[in-house]
Amino acid sequence: MVERKSIGNVIPHVILWIGIAIVAFPVYLAFIGSTHDAATIANGQMPPTPGPYFFENYYRTIFVGTSMTTREPIGTMIINSFVMAIGIAVGKISISIISAYAIVYFRFPFRMWFFWVIFVTLMLPVEVRIYPTYKVAADLNLLDTYAGLILPLIASATATLLFRQFFMTVPDELVEASRIDGAGPIRFFWDTLLPLSRTNIAALFVIMFIYGWTQYLWPLLITTRDDMQTLIIGIKKMIVTSDALTEWQVVMCTVMLAMLPPVFVVIAMQRLFVRGLIESEK
Amino acid sequence: MQKRAVFNHRFLPFVLLAPQIAITVIFFYWPAFQALWQSFLLQDAFGLSTDFVWFENYVYLFSDPIYYEVIWTTLVFSALVAIISLSSGLLLASMADKPLRAAGVYRTLLIWPYAVAPAVAGVLWLFMLHPSLGMVARGIKALGFSWNPLLDGTDAMTMVVLAAAWKQISYNFLFFLAGLAAIPRSVIEAAAIDGARSTRRFWTIVFPLLTPTAFFLLVVNIVYAFFDTFGVIDAMTQGGPAQATTTLVYKVYADGRLGGDLGGSAAQSVILMMIVIALTSIQFRYIERKVNY
Repeated sequence: MVERKSIGNVIPHVILWIGIAIVAFPVYLAFIGSTHDAATIANGQMPPTPGPYFFENYYRTIFVGTSMTTREPIGTMIINSFVMAIGIAVGKISISIISAYAIVYFRFPFRMWFFWVIFVTLMLPVEVRIYPTYKVAADLNLLDTYAGLILPLIASATATLLFRQFFMTVPDELVEASRIDGAGPIRFFWDTLLPLSRTNIAALFVIMFIYGWTQYLWPLLITTRDDMQTLIIGIKKMIVTSDALTEWQVVMCTVMLAMLPPVFVVIAMQRLFVRGLIESEK
Repeated sequence: MQKRAVFNHRFLPFVLLAPQIAITVIFFYWPAFQALWQSFLLQDAFGLSTDFVWFENYVYLFSDPIYYEVIWTTLVFSALVAIISLSSGLLLASMADKPLRAAGVYRTLLIWPYAVAPAVAGVLWLFMLHPSLGMVARGIKALGFSWNPLLDGTDAMTMVVLAAAWKQISYNFLFFLAGLAAIPRSVIEAAAIDGARSTRRFWTIVFPLLTPTAFFLLVVNIVYAFFDTFGVIDAMTQGGPAQATTTLVYKVYADGRLGGDLGGSAAQSVILMMIVIALTSIQFRYIERKVNY
């Protein structure tokens, strides 16, 4: 360090711990909320310490569901969320790695034109074209299907640009070497390029998994059947404006369970996550 | 942008491009075009006939005082979210950038909110600030302030801003941290030798070197506040009370769903598209290397 001062070393720690406390506090309260019964929460007297209903509440949330609003156990919602998040991650990575391969490694008519067709999609999030996209999905009979949940959200250029950028850094000698070995374009892709892209694929997977898991507006529109809802939509449907009907302890259990997978991914795969986040914004 | 050594193949590149192009055309270009086309159409009240009305939907939109209110709400909301989350992110990043013990632990404990869905962030903060059962709301009232985000527009705005900014801090923290790590130590040490104190060093050397990162993050945060916060608002206030938290995106959703005013909703979508395109172009034009890591 540039200078040594005892006070200068304490302040950053204090500020960081205050920051961490503020950031974690809402989640702490949600956990506390998930361990009390409905009456304690509803009368506004919830203590700041855990209550005795931990196992009962989580059991009810996962296997029984709320009794007044959604009446569905969240088991199916968890599965739907996983299918959607993994589907988006795998789908986006697959279609964009091969299209980036075509754009970087082949010479063909309208190559730049295709590149721009994909590139433009970088600009518009699904939120701004939500109803026309809904209509297209409805016309294609995709309402209440996994394909309907996944496909419209993988129409974006980020992953393609990332792979393109990475492919540009792969030395040309590798192509020449594999050519001399008699490998065609498909062999080169499988045996050389794909193994080299492993880290990029993993980093992108982490980002896309979180992106898919946290989607809200699109699944809200495209799912009407209860058994197709994702966890995030389920939470919203459990909260009704009439306070008496909302079972906050179940809502908070669902909130905790809905945060667990993506937060676990971020913490467990921190390096890949940071890399994916920074690369995909480049 | 192309390799020296390339393959020549008649149809393979088209096969490789086909899935992405197909999905892009079906779920991106076609709906975007539809939105543009519908924004020039007017349907009568019974949905029996549709007329091409040129810019009537736009004229109607911009003669509606409510639309200006919504634009103002969106600007206030975005500015507050960006200011709060950028400044907290920068403060935490500049602290974590110092050679501390357990710097990695701090990073881990600060980045996870990125993975929280906006709608879930809304529910978390609603649970704290709900006027009848929220623990923090209880504290605010105990201090003698009135607090009812379900009825008071300012309270509601405060609530959605806090929830939306909370979720974005981790993102800004990470990018500022990357930006800070890229600043050469020698520059800072030179300033220290010249006698510049820590605060002065930050504002005269570190901060100017961070401006590309900050500018990039500003655009990202505005885009976030415009579009990704739909879940926060829908979970907390549904745009209320009395439209006090209705942003542009929320209005597109509400008008199209409840009002069934397809032309007007489409016109709003088109305006939103133009805003995003403008923001993205700014980003591409003025930020060549967005982050210097």
